[in-house]
Amino acid sequence: MSALLQTTGLQLAFGGVVAADSIDFELYSGERLAVIGQNGAGKTTFINICTGFIKPTSGRVFFNGQDITQREPRHIVRLGLARSFQLPQLFLDHTVRQCLEIAAVGRRGGLSFWTPLSDAVDKHEVDDTLALVGLRERAEVSAMALPEGQRKLLDVAMALMLRPQLMIMDEPTSGVASEDKMLLMDTVMQAMRERQVTPWFVEHDIDIVRRYATRVAAWIAGRIAADGTPDEVLSNSQIRREILGDR
Amino acid sequence: MVRNIAWAGALTCLILGLVFPWSKTPLIMGLCYAMASLGVAIMMRAGQVSFGHALFAAISAYGVAFTARSFPGTDGLILVLVGMLCSGLAGAVIGLFVVRYRGIFFGMLNLALSMVLFSMLGKFYNFTGGTDGLRIQRPDLLGQTLERSDFETALLVIALVCSALLVWLIQRYFKSAAGEALSAIKSNETRLEYLGLSAKRILWQGYVLSAVLVGLSGALFVLVQGLVTPDIGSWFRSGEYVFITILGGSGHALGSFVGAVVFEAVKLFASAYMTGVWQMLLGVTLIIVILVAPDGIMGLLRSKSDAPKGDKP
Repeated sequence: MSALLQTTGLQLAFGGVVAADSIDFELYSGERLAVIGQNGAGKTTFINICTGFIKPTSGRVFFNGQDITQREPRHIVRLGLARSFQLPQLFLDHTVRQCLEIAAVGRRGGLSFWTPLSDAVDKHEVDDTLALVGLRERAEVSAMALPEGQRKLLDVAMALMLRPQLMIMDEPTSGVASEDKMLLMDTVMQAMRERQVTPWFVEHDIDIVRRYATRVAAWIAGRIAADGTPDEVLSNSQIRREILGDR
Repeated sequence: MVRNIAWAGALTCLILGLVFPWSKTPLIMGLCYAMASLGVAIMMRAGQVSFGHALFAAISAYGVAFTARSFPGTDGLILVLVGMLCSGLAGAVIGLFVVRYRGIFFGMLNLALSMVLFSMLGKFYNFTGGTDGLRIQRPDLLGQTLERSDFETALLVIALVCSALLVWLIQRYFKSAAGEALSAIKSNETRLEYLGLSAKRILWQGYVLSAVLVGLSGALFVLVQGLVTPDIGSWFRSGEYVFITILGGSGHALGSFVGAVVFEAVKLFASAYMTGVWQMLLGVTLIIVILVAPDGIMGLLRSKSDAPKGDKP
């Protein structure tokens, strides 16, 4: 089976800080990947390189065998690689429904100057996606009025409208009350299963990592220090010491 | 409610023009200001304020003047189309450059470009007539040679029809997929890119459309005046367009027309009764609108009409 996403020799430094240090990485369809690491370890930089936001100094990124290293984010998402953000990136002047409708026309391309936005998309698909993430009742509410947890869900829902094969979620539970984190992840992972999307999420909460991931990659100083099943990685002495804070 | 305001405004303009013939020229000019401000409003919906859009009025107006002088007898409506084409082409070329910038850089780049043209129009005397400008003879309209009064009446009707069409068309654009994507640039350009959309391309399309609208106003302006001078492209004129857009609000296409009515009314009142301090009165009006109605007068009217009846005490 060929990798869904593959990187070879990715290298990037910001001044003297090495953010990506010769990263060779493969992700296969159906895996549920959790990326862990301390702040500044290079997790988000790696996501930004894979999604075209930052160009690496050297190395290549392949998605479904296509070289996407130098492509812009808007070209990459159309190939089936979507992402959500640590700080939800929403259209705060629009309603929840309109956010998804804009996402739907983004997937299709060719914006009409005449057809109203609501008529330019499949209403059922929008409703289904809203229901999938539990925002059906909030469809007509301004995105600005949503609490943080629902903003995270809307961020994911907008990315889902692109019908991706791979979804990269940067800290989907950050800023969410601890008692709501599991509920949020249940909703998100259920949505991924239903839409047959391979999820990759960055997470600091190890309970969440154990519960939802089938594979864990641990980042230390721009490098993958450990990669394997949750049990393998989370029992690794270096990972326990440097990331989990064990003495 | 919006429709009622639009019809009431159009009818009032027409009746005023027919009952008080002296009012035809200021009415046409007011409508020209409104059309140009609507162009500025398109950019404002994307969160970009242009302080140089009068550039396109100048390009259109001089395009009309050059064509009218080079090809005497050209119909007035053809001249208007020529003006719009000139401004649209200029918008397409300039837009490629300026849509790369945002915020203050976008605003100042537009201002800089308009001042370059303004300066050139004044300096190339042999070509542009310098600060004296270029005169054009009153053209035929739809093949009809008209006397001044009838010509102005016809222009008023044309301006009103254009205004009504523009309000309908541009409001339709605002609600379309392209229009909603344009306003999404204001809140989150990064997300647009991650949804497969090019923010620069969307903004460029809006920029060209706004240039065409300002061009239409410039073309009608030169026809009603019979003269074009570099002042039509000055930064002061661009500032007035921004002023009107803020007054009326960019939430609805009718906002620019409401803003133009208020702007012209305040200017007329102030110049008649408060000659020495008319700019101050305009400034105070703007401050009041910003404080009381940050979404403009149209935004205030719409929020009042949309408010649930039960909210009233």
